Amino acid sequence: MSDDNKDDTGAAGSEEPRRGARGGDGRREEAPRERVIRTPSPARDKELLAEGDISAPAGAGEQLDEASAKRAERVVATFFLLAFAGSVGFIAYYIGWSGRDGGMHGVDRARESNFWLGGMMALSFLALAIGVTIWVRRLMTSKPIIQERHLPAADEETRAGFNEDFMEGAVDSGITKRPLLRRTLLLASAPLGLAPLVLLRDLGPLPEKKLRSTFWAKAVEEAHKQGKKGVRLVVDGTNRPLRVSDFSSPGSMITVLPEGIEEHVPEEQVLTETAKAVTILINVPADEFKPAKGRENWHVNGIVAYSKICTHVGCPAALYEQTTHHILCPCHQSTFDATNAAKVVFGPAARPLPQLPLSVEDGYIVATSDYHEPIGPSFWERG
Amino acid sequence: MRRITAWRRRPWAGYAVVLAALAAIGAIYAGFSPQTGRAEAEGTAAAAQDLGNGKQLFNKNCASCHGLNAEGTKDAKGKPIAPSLIGVGAASVDFQVSTGRMPAMNPGAQMPRKEPIPPFDTSIKTDYEEKEKREAAEKQKAQAEKNLADLRAYISSLGNGPDVPPASAVDPKTGDVALGGKLFRTNCAQCHNFTGQGGALTGGKYAPPLNNSDVTPTQIYEAMLTGPQAMPVFNDTTLTPKDKQAIIAYLVQTREEPNPGGNGLGRIGPVSEGLAGWLIGIGLLVLAAMWITAKKPKKLKKP
Amino acid sequence: MSQTTAPQSVDASLNWLDDRLGSTTFMKRNLKKVFPDHWSFMLGEIALYSFIILLLTGTFLTLWFQPSMQEVVYNGSYTKLNGVKMSQAYASTLEISFDVRGGLLMRQIHHWAAVLFMASILAHMLRVFFTGAYRKPRELNWLIGIGMFTLGMLEGLFGYSLPDDLLSGTGLRITQGVTESIPLVGTYLYMFLFGGEFPGQDIVPRLFTIHVLLIPGLILGMVTAHMMIMWHQKHTAMPVKNQTEQQVYGYPFYPVFMAKTGAYFLFTFGVLALMGAFVQINPIWLFGPYDPGAISAGSQPDWYMGVLEGALRIMPNWEISAWGHTVSFNVLIPATVPLGIIFTGAAVWPFVEAWVTGDKRHHNVNTRPRNAPVRTATGMAAVTFYGMLWIAGANDVLADKFHLSMFGITWFFRVGIFIGPYLAFVITKRICLGLQRKDANIIGHGEESGIIMMSPDGRYSERHEPAREEKRVTILSKENTRPEAPAKDARGIPAPGSKGPLGHLRSRLNRAWTFDDIPVEEHEHGEHGEGGHGGVEGRESRPLSR
Repeated sequence: MSDDNKDDTGAAGSEEPRRGARGGDGRREEAPRERVIRTPSPARDKELLAEGDISAPAGAGEQLDEASAKRAERVVATFFLLAFAGSVGFIAYYIGWSGRDGGMHGVDRARESNFWLGGMMALSFLALAIGVTIWVRRLMTSKPIIQERHLPAADEETRAGFNEDFMEGAVDSGITKRPLLRRTLLLASAPLGLAPLVLLRDLGPLPEKKLRSTFWAKAVEEAHKQGKKGVRLVVDGTNRPLRVSDFSSPGSMITVLPEGIEEHVPEEQVLTETAKAVTILINVPADEFKPAKGRENWHVNGIVAYSKICTHVGCPAALYEQTTHHILCPCHQSTFDATNAAKVVFGPAARPLPQLPLSVEDGYIVATSDYHEPIGPSFWERG
Repeated sequence: MRRITAWRRRPWAGYAVVLAALAAIGAIYAGFSPQTGRAEAEGTAAAAQDLGNGKQLFNKNCASCHGLNAEGTKDAKGKPIAPSLIGVGAASVDFQVSTGRMPAMNPGAQMPRKEPIPPFDTSIKTDYEEKEKREAAEKQKAQAEKNLADLRAYISSLGNGPDVPPASAVDPKTGDVALGGKLFRTNCAQCHNFTGQGGALTGGKYAPPLNNSDVTPTQIYEAMLTGPQAMPVFNDTTLTPKDKQAIIAYLVQTREEPNPGGNGLGRIGPVSEGLAGWLIGIGLLVLAAMWITAKKPKKLKKP
Repeated sequence: MSQTTAPQSVDASLNWLDDRLGSTTFMKRNLKKVFPDHWSFMLGEIALYSFIILLLTGTFLTLWFQPSMQEVVYNGSYTKLNGVKMSQAYASTLEISFDVRGGLLMRQIHHWAAVLFMASILAHMLRVFFTGAYRKPRELNWLIGIGMFTLGMLEGLFGYSLPDDLLSGTGLRITQGVTESIPLVGTYLYMFLFGGEFPGQDIVPRLFTIHVLLIPGLILGMVTAHMMIMWHQKHTAMPVKNQTEQQVYGYPFYPVFMAKTGAYFLFTFGVLALMGAFVQINPIWLFGPYDPGAISAGSQPDWYMGVLEGALRIMPNWEISAWGHTVSFNVLIPATVPLGIIFTGAAVWPFVEAWVTGDKRHHNVNTRPRNAPVRTATGMAAVTFYGMLWIAGANDVLADKFHLSMFGITWFFRVGIFIGPYLAFVITKRICLGLQRKDANIIGHGEESGIIMMSPDGRYSERHEPAREEKRVTILSKENTRPEAPAKDARGIPAPGSKGPLGHLRSRLNRAWTFDDIPVEEHEHGEHGEGGHGGVEGRESRPLSR
């Protein structure tokens, strides 16, 4: 590498491509004897930009025309004054108006405050920015200058010198000569790097069987203990248990939870349990419903329950079309067929939504067991 | 300060609200109350006459698709063209006809919302200056309301179904907004988006937007009750009338709430925000960069 | 240049510092440092200034924000949510928006600055790529840039998750689902990240610390390194008059560049304030508190995560279940492959290009995109790839706004993701070569002058005039490709680069890079010996490549 650098030092600037004409035929019109019959403005006049000028400062080292400079100065000063007014307005609004009637509370006052504070702030910054830009463009007289670029690399001698010093130090330290020292040092530092990783172990519990059951299991177990057939389904949001007759309109859909999830779960666990137990209840017209094998008695006259958690990455798949009986996940458009055990019709999800076995007890819709498979996205141990 | 604030809230917004309120009051006054009063006052003979009118309207506007007896029709392959209307109830008729979805112009993936056809257009303008014009319009509107009521009565007479909710059940002011928000996000937002801007369904269908100009509280109620087109049904025993009113309250208050942060960008979430970031943010800053580094125009240069 | 001496106060304090730090030597050397000018050089500055604004507004927000998932019942200024259970994080974000004066403004500026930060990094990277500014000696800064973009994505995702509203919870839910799908360790990582099952009580405080401390610290370090390297190496210049490999032409840092960049900082802050005041972003009060059973149509991430979102959406549902284990390719592939291709590709590109072209020289003058057709075409292919995935992430919005079939759109992108980049490559390369041909014409035959000539035999023709000097310098900045060094040199020793299968590959790629190059050269004499130009003619004919 270093050789390359050195070698190219001189050539580094040779971007210049004018090399000997290669394959060119030099076709150029012989102008002298020709007659110009029409002369529109030559091409170079069409260029709006001044020739040889690169960006910004007007003067480029020239003396400014004092009259126009005065004008420019006044324009810049006007913008600076505007910026001043903006910041003063900001402070004045904040102190004088934003706190009236006990301060800013609610949508309308937030809207007003956002409008004035933000507007004043924007005015102030933009006016300053415009002022400075005009100042640079119209008033600064700096000349463009040329500076050399240098290759960053050190010369050969310095590199050799460094190498020498480095090796000398290594030899002096004895690390090159004493392998036992070297190896035990490496050995000692390896576990040291692992130690912080070990520390992270207590970030969370091990997965164990947690992902395999939901609150439905606990609730059903509780119900069985009381001699009941299953746990009732309550409407998410109103906690109203549902009778079969309540949910008799074909094409109905509602989100349900196991009864008691809010009362029997520690408060900080409610969302976590809900995130697994949340279920959609759908009334598919009985004549269109095709129960899967082994699940013939999991529905009640076409009333069927599926996990609301998509098997793709876990969004609530809740978009039910009663005409096509598609259940669609609004996040990634996985589509499931509600009439056919929630089999995947389209989209990235690979597995059907798990189905919850339903039955009737005292006229209420009840779940007779937990889901028979883990709900939600796939994972390695899922099987 | 107050004056400036009022100015900022755009003068026409106030007029629009006032106009809308006037129109609503007018509609209720001229429409519902006399109608029901009259219906109660007059006897069964009038009712029979109304049913006759409803049947006539049905035959003229609906029977071509739904069949002469409202039994629904199927194409040659047995695929339904139009569903049976026996037992759909008055709420369904009111929703479909008053939002202009029915009579449908041409069968497609989804019937779009449009202006109701003239015999059923109850939202026509009546606030004309000239007395004659105003009276004519008012008469036409009354007729449209009667037509709609007659059609509802006729369809109800074929088989019982959900009825049109009373005005008190859809009053957005008395609903429980907090509960409504929760129910809306759990049951409605997945299709209609978190502020009711609508969203996509499969096969070119879509959940329509629920803005002020799209749907009235009564129509929201009816839609939940009857599940028009692809929308699922939320009957009164699943989501009680109180729950429905809560949802209506939430939705109506949300759509009337101003955007405190400035332009709402359609309230559809990060897609329009990203677009605005690139177009407005990067766009303005690129313009600024071009200005800062621009060469001087020739005319400004000292000769 | 100043005729007068500096004011006493300035002079004294500088001397005070100089006595202790020796700073005046440094400042003397750098005060007049030349900065080449071009509008596209300021794209990176947007990112720098947005970052500063992010730090300022972010600090403001932390004064009120409570990173806690403790459940509270809201009772505050936003009356529509009164009586609703929510996390403290969400409640405190509502407080910032509706009770802290200027809080909503700061929140909005913070979010807009994040959007602009990422957007300007991407725009800046595109500028660097298409002008070849990543070439030696600037590969390190290119890599740092890629690192900052990646960190920025994470930083944005975590910040988006903090308010614990419905949208951010949905984002976390997807993050969780993706984590869970990782083979072997997925469930463990998931449990460790969330401190138990989703959503648990830990994720918001954890993300908060990472969002306000760890990642900003890393980015700050990288920004510093990026700036120092840039300062040390000097900025690249556009191929215009007076800019050569050995010299840089432009205005001095003090006062011109300082004023310009200062003005640009003010513009950035001004535009962000403008957006914060008049364009609403992330209205968390409308989304409502997070509820695992609720979802909104059109739940999307911020734009820079849109690529991943799009990839997740268009992926077919491949999943393998065998021997009691499940591997979800439908999640793993979209989560890793597209961005893997883009980031890894971008990171190795400078080195692959140097290897293929054999160009190990320093480059301080940028290339015009047309003069490196393969690079430009590859860049456009990558842009198409990225762009398609990005738009696919909004397929539901497209389906809704244009009433198209959602499945149809998905299929369009499933196919387009393969065909689109290929088409972009071919078309871009053609355009580049066409532009090269035009350049060759201008240099070879001059520009059309609009002057019609009649020749003695009565034919009309248009007179061509040599192009303006500026234009000629720009066009002639093209470095025509040299024929590959012969496989064996004069002494019969094989060239080191073409041995073995790798060498073969290299020379084939080299041919692909160069074979259709259109030489742009002058046929006239004269103009030689201009500073920094003709002097190296002799060296040029030597194969410089190795």
